[in-house]
Amino acid sequence: MTQIDSISLDLDLQAIRSQFPILSRTVNDKPLVYLDNAATSQKPQCVIDALSDYYGRYNANIHRGIHTLAEEATLAYEATRFAVQEFIGAASAEEIIFSRGTTEGINLVAYTWGRQHIGAGDEILISGMEHHSNIVPWQILCQEKNAVLKVIPVTDEGELSMEVYKNLLSDKTKLVSIVQVSNALGTVNPVKEMIDAAHAVGAKVLVDGAQSAVHLDIDVQALDCDFFAFSGHKVYAPTGIGVLYGKRELLESMPVFHGGGEMIKEVSFEQTTYNDLPYKYEAGTPNIADTIALKTALDYIQNIGKATIRKHENGLLAYATAQLESIPGLSIIGKAKEKVSLVSFIVKGIHPQDIGILLDNLGIAVRTGHHCTQPLMKRFGIPGTVRASFALYNTKEEIDILIAGMYKSIKMLS
Amino acid sequence: MSQQPILEIEKEIIEDFALFDSWEDKYEYIIDLGKKLPALEEEHKIADNKIKGCQSTVWLAAAHEDGRVFFKADSDAVIVKGLVSMLIKVLSGHRPEEILEAKLDFIREIGMMTHLAQTRSNGLLAMIKQMKNYALAYQTIQGLEKK
Repeated sequence: MTQIDSISLDLDLQAIRSQFPILSRTVNDKPLVYLDNAATSQKPQCVIDALSDYYGRYNANIHRGIHTLAEEATLAYEATRFAVQEFIGAASAEEIIFSRGTTEGINLVAYTWGRQHIGAGDEILISGMEHHSNIVPWQILCQEKNAVLKVIPVTDEGELSMEVYKNLLSDKTKLVSIVQVSNALGTVNPVKEMIDAAHAVGAKVLVDGAQSAVHLDIDVQALDCDFFAFSGHKVYAPTGIGVLYGKRELLESMPVFHGGGEMIKEVSFEQTTYNDLPYKYEAGTPNIADTIALKTALDYIQNIGKATIRKHENGLLAYATAQLESIPGLSIIGKAKEKVSLVSFIVKGIHPQDIGILLDNLGIAVRTGHHCTQPLMKRFGIPGTVRASFALYNTKEEIDILIAGMYKSIKMLS
Repeated sequence: MSQQPILEIEKEIIEDFALFDSWEDKYEYIIDLGKKLPALEEEHKIADNKIKGCQSTVWLAAAHEDGRVFFKADSDAVIVKGLVSMLIKVLSGHRPEEILEAKLDFIREIGMMTHLAQTRSNGLLAMIKQMKNYALAYQTIQGLEKK
């Protein structure tokens, strides 16, 4: 591992910010304050360069050409698989399937493992804080198979009710599909405890790592999860590339997802035999450039060190939480004991969208709305929230700008 | 009942906005319009009148009288409501063909196009389409009545 032991070092924020070219732009004549990192993170120059280097120097289709460019592209593409294996602690690189993102990873499991293993009366457990991406695929499956979708409730603090969870588990439970970190609340769920409890009743567990992969240390073997899905674009990599991890024995026994080139061994009009892992699930020419740049992004994170990043982000979270709480009429939605650097809030009598529009005029990018978690918003009885989410390059000064922007917006709207 | 032509109303709005020299003044004016627009009566806040955006919701009710179309609308977000108020000021009380022909260039002129471009976040663009749909429907009814 190329990780520098920089836990004791503080981040050189100025140096880090200079690596992200977008951070020096202005929005509405104000310096950009980008606080929408839970939607997508910005990209460091090295990631942007990796894309241009691939297209400018060794663009070729992979796994089949015998020429030099094809070999270079194939090696770079496969190097990412090893980088991902290390990033999430998988036992082997064959367990790493490239996808378009978390959503496609979850759908792959629903359409393959789900169709093979879920039958009438079986139960799938999700939680009340799931993103629509981890609700709808299971709904479709349950409707098709006459199975039952059950929901673990969310407490007022924005945590999962573990007691209810354990009561919901039974020998009917075939799958628990759970978000590790809530995109709307920031809550870090106790997935290890949940996985162990699910395994005790014989259920498989899929962990939605869309929000967690960038903030937490991920070790799929220690977690013992059966599937883990995350997206590249939230870990400083390009859009359009994601990862589905699955335990080898599951991936081997599951039916194929998309049919086409690459995923086959031999094709005749009578019968087709399928390729080995991981290619069995990677039909067609893959997203080569973005896959290669994913490794650059993961290396970038590892070089700084997740512990260093987390320490900085936790500082931002604590500061932002305290500052926001001091604003009259403002309530934070999601007060879990363990959170990532994300704060969701509402202001009494003001629609979140109005705040978002005014903050944008101040150059501040936040997310407003239901965050693709409509059932969760309904649970809290609100149409949506304003969400500020922080990344490694955000600063205390930017939070001060947000707070000043909030006072100004509230004054204009009141 | 005489009604000022749509283009003239648009021109007045553009002239009003030209007086604002900061974004704050512009938005404070829109927010004020939003606050002053009377809330839509509950009887009109029905599913048929609801134009749901991804973030905020618009309600639009229409009626016709003496060959003219009248609109009433509301929104749960005040800036959208202010923009809704301007659209009503421009289009309400006109003949269907005038409403159908209106290009509504004032929205671009006053720098509010971004709010229409965000088609998913609010119901504004859908509201304009719906206003024109009503105008078309009433035009058809008028045509049938003449026959």
